[in-house]
Amino acid sequence: MSEERKLRILIAKPGLDGHDRGARVIARAFRDAGFEVVYTGCHQTPEQIVHTALQEDVDIIGLSILSGAHTYSFPRVMELLKENKAEDITVIGGGIFPLEDIPKLKAVGIKEIFEPGAKLEEIINWVRTSVKPRQALQA
Amino acid sequence: MSIIDQIIAGDVRATARLLRDIDDQVPSIYPLLKELYPHTGKAYVIGLTGSPGVGKSTLVDQLATRFRQEGLTVGILAVDPTSPFSGGAILGDRIRMQRHFLDPGVFIRSLATRGHFGGLTRSTNDMINVMDAMGKDIILVETVGVGQDEVEVANSAHTTLLVTIPGMGDEVQAIKAGIMEIGSIFVVNKADREGSRKTVRELRNLIELGLRRKEDTTWEPLIVQTEALKGVGIEDLYQAIMKHRAYLFDNENGQLDSILMKRARSQLIEILRDEALKAILGRMEAQGMSLEDLSRRIRNKESDPYTIVHEVLERELK
Repeated sequence: MSEERKLRILIAKPGLDGHDRGARVIARAFRDAGFEVVYTGCHQTPEQIVHTALQEDVDIIGLSILSGAHTYSFPRVMELLKENKAEDITVIGGGIFPLEDIPKLKAVGIKEIFEPGAKLEEIINWVRTSVKPRQALQA
Repeated sequence: MSIIDQIIAGDVRATARLLRDIDDQVPSIYPLLKELYPHTGKAYVIGLTGSPGVGKSTLVDQLATRFRQEGLTVGILAVDPTSPFSGGAILGDRIRMQRHFLDPGVFIRSLATRGHFGGLTRSTNDMINVMDAMGKDIILVETVGVGQDEVEVANSAHTTLLVTIPGMGDEVQAIKAGIMEIGSIFVVNKADREGSRKTVRELRNLIELGLRRKEDTTWEPLIVQTEALKGVGIEDLYQAIMKHRAYLFDNENGQLDSILMKRARSQLIEILRDEALKAILGRMEAQGMSLEDLSRRIRNKESDPYTIVHEVLERELK
């Protein structure tokens, strides 16, 4: 009997801000929701994030950012996923964003942006309904 | 290119996907594992075990760096515990290994203990085989450090590092209680802390006591002091591992054969137990016997677990 497939999530903090409280809170909430969460700590480059996502075979990447560098790092992550033929990985963002940036981020393929005030249940429900663990390999 | 060819060529995505499938125990892994098996047997496997917080991840990071200096490629399997309440897990061992994220010669995979039917030992052994087949020269397996499963994982490695830190009196007690026998090398990490020499002394005493009871007395476990965070003692540890490796590969003593036999045997038993259980549970389900109902009968004292198991086995194994 095969087990229920678990959702694997990478929580990553791109860029220079070292405030990872939000990332830790969400990592914990995802764990409590029954997901397997890979957490890599602060100061990650988009390259490091994508390499990790590929090695860990995650279904979803959650990018947490407070520094304002999302206009660079988010599109760069999307670009690298594309280069590695890994566009099937869902990418979401959390943190502080100017409202006018949100449509731009969605335009490059970020599926959802969660701003301060988003409820943990809301985020978890979004993940549950929008992302399914990928299919098994076929020999 | 087939998945097998991709994995043998070292493709990260294909390998990562198979590792995920192994973790989830999907039936489609078996033909792939069978095909990969002939390509295994080249990697040198090093297990690290020891209580949470003793610095295993940091040591793995330092050892990976040291092996990379030799031009060897490295696979890392890092195990973290699954929450018994939600079934979820936070896998954070990579935090200590950030500098290897962009190195194509290092493949890191985090996995959770899960507590599934197959057991951690089995999926870890399968994953070691896959990393071996993808061409990694050195495979570092970092266990959670608590429980028999982890000890078994470490036990199927070529070289097993038992990591401790000074000042954990109880730690030495725990070692005494049985996992002492599996360490090829004892690492006293955070050796800048008070009591480091005392810990070394205690370990030495225990090793000497242990040697008298062990069958294989030709290898005297080495003790190395390290400060993994600063990189102190890593060269000593590397040399100790090489010394143990040389010992294993010395044809005279037959130790390599004994380790490989032990691994083959434990894998065989793991898979047999797992597959037998799955087959029996599957047939029970097909006959409308649910574990729930049987458990209910035991709970209500209408029967007992011994009778039920023997009844089931008699019926299924005929």
